[in-house]
Amino acid sequence: MPPETATAPWTPAVQRALDDHKARPGALLPILHEIQQRVGHVPPEAVPVIAEALNLSRAEVHGVVTFYHDFRDHPAGRHVLKVCLAESCQAVGCDHLLAHAKQRLGVELHGTSADGAVTLEPVYCLGNCALSPALMVDGDVVGRATPEKLDGLLAELRRPA
Amino acid sequence: MTRVFVPRDSGALSMGAEAVARAIAAEAAVRNQAVTLVRNGSRGLYWLEPMVEVETPTGRIAYGPVTPGDVPGLFDAGFLAGKAHPLGHGPTEQIPYLAKQERLTTARVGVIDPVSIPDYERHGGFRGLRNALAMAPAAIVEAVTQSGLRGRGGAAFPTGIKWKTVLGTTADQKYIVCNADEGDSGTFSDRMIMEGDPLVLVEGMIIAGLAVGATAGYIYVRSEYPHAVTALTEAIQAASAGGFLGASVLGSGRRFDLEVRVGAGAYICGEETALLESLEGRRGMVRYKPPLPAIEGLFGKPTVINNVISLASVPIILDRGAAYYRDYGMGRSRGTLPIQLAGNVKYGGLVEKAFGVTVRELLYDYGGGTRSGRPIRAVQIGGPLGAYLPASQFDTPLDYEAFIGISAMVGHGGIVVFDDTVDMAHQARWAMEFCAIESCGKCTPCRIGSIRGVEVLDRIIADEDREANLALVRDLCDTMLAGSLCALGGMTPFPVLSALNHFPEDFGLPAAPLAAAAR
Repeated sequence: MPPETATAPWTPAVQRALDDHKARPGALLPILHEIQQRVGHVPPEAVPVIAEALNLSRAEVHGVVTFYHDFRDHPAGRHVLKVCLAESCQAVGCDHLLAHAKQRLGVELHGTSADGAVTLEPVYCLGNCALSPALMVDGDVVGRATPEKLDGLLAELRRPA
Repeated sequence: MTRVFVPRDSGALSMGAEAVARAIAAEAAVRNQAVTLVRNGSRGLYWLEPMVEVETPTGRIAYGPVTPGDVPGLFDAGFLAGKAHPLGHGPTEQIPYLAKQERLTTARVGVIDPVSIPDYERHGGFRGLRNALAMAPAAIVEAVTQSGLRGRGGAAFPTGIKWKTVLGTTADQKYIVCNADEGDSGTFSDRMIMEGDPLVLVEGMIIAGLAVGATAGYIYVRSEYPHAVTALTEAIQAASAGGFLGASVLGSGRRFDLEVRVGAGAYICGEETALLESLEGRRGMVRYKPPLPAIEGLFGKPTVINNVISLASVPIILDRGAAYYRDYGMGRSRGTLPIQLAGNVKYGGLVEKAFGVTVRELLYDYGGGTRSGRPIRAVQIGGPLGAYLPASQFDTPLDYEAFIGISAMVGHGGIVVFDDTVDMAHQARWAMEFCAIESCGKCTPCRIGSIRGVEVLDRIIADEDREANLALVRDLCDTMLAGSLCALGGMTPFPVLSALNHFPEDFGLPAAPLAAAAR
């Protein structure tokens, strides 16, 4: 490992993910998931480290990180709010819900509110289509979402820690 | 000890089931009442979630939708004895929505504790596996072929034929892969199985392994389904501890190992070859066929890759026999389909019925029309690549061939309902936009065509040179249909063209006479 990456704050997490999964067939996605879970994102500087450990080129690892919507190369806010924008939620007004979220947070999609509390992301189906429109807050699904429900959630998420 | 059921299904959780479960436990403790909480799957009556059930000597009694605030009142009313309450719906099995269904594949969903082996076996679980262990591999494949089961993920390819190819291919290693990347909007039956009866999927995969000589399996679950991942992981642990998985399945000396892998938010990974690429640790890029995955699949080895519902339908076929399953259905669409009612629908949920039920019965007899109370104008069936149907086509039976006959597809059985406020030109544009967002980029008609499609539809919507642009969008759809590598580019034209053909008035054209007459 080059000296500058051996001391980065994410180094132990990346090493641990590599140790945990390196021997598994098709290990790259499990490794990236674990890094993102522990670090919050996949640091671009970690790409050569992962590539070397798996005997892949940097381009291959970079390609995978950028292909999948889940992986991010920079930190998100303290919470991630995903608004489902797929057909079932369109049928019951997710457009209004998204506009409301953007206005309340003062961001566009993929943006993080100025207080660093909430990153707004789109998602295409949460499988909660009988209870559309749906949201996901840090892994928890919210059904039959309304602007009022959203305001309640945001108030909680933005409360200073 | 009274058993009280509060679902762990993510739909129920999305309406507050966790808080309800806690409230019931707390209230029972305060009142010194002996209650065992069972965290079951959902029965699929989502407008009643969180739906709490109480086990009584005369069967289970349903209450819903329950909020934590309702809990003291339920105790006061004597719900632990199944007594009446304004939220009560009587015996669960007699609720008409449920009573009229034909639940074969989803029979245990919402009924049992999803990760309890004893509960699973008490309700008929592992009988199919025990039968399969006494059969020759070719006989298992033959039973699946004779059942008429076709791939429930959308392509409707006969499952038995796929298995036969893998069985007939010699290799040192073969794999069973479950496609649990249920990305189509309006579908959630895979999720309900994985959260509500994951052991039926485990059992189906073990049987598939015995049938084709595969010793390892992977379940590729989308990352949007964290609760499904948890339930599957618990189920696999329980099945391993019970001797159903591992070096010697039920002491037969035959190995089967099973592992859950999590996707990373790419719709294209629901395409089988892209899924295999993803499992191997690469970008989810579609592969050229041939070779078929059955010959060269995961890590280059012969691979059965089936959808969750296909694999979960196998145990009942091996338990009750091919004829039992085949006797449901119509034409070449045999058995049942777990249909999902979604979008702007009053009673959204899971309806498992034999093929042959009409769209109209599903929309009105089960769905109860729209949630908004306005007329239904269009429904999209089969996900984002499925056609939009106008009211004039609502008498079409759910049948693979009947749907092909109207340039539509059954797909994974999701029905998304739209009321009369929908703008179909906007929906057509969205279909192209979604294709552009999710295209893997390998083939030009999909990668570039979808972007051009959005642009052309924008011009049509803005009334710029409408005639010429309408001709252009049809020409583009033709190219995508004929020239794309997989169904993403190849079927995006279905929602676009069906919107255009059935709802021309939304594109600034005169209304179609048939559609106008039907409304």
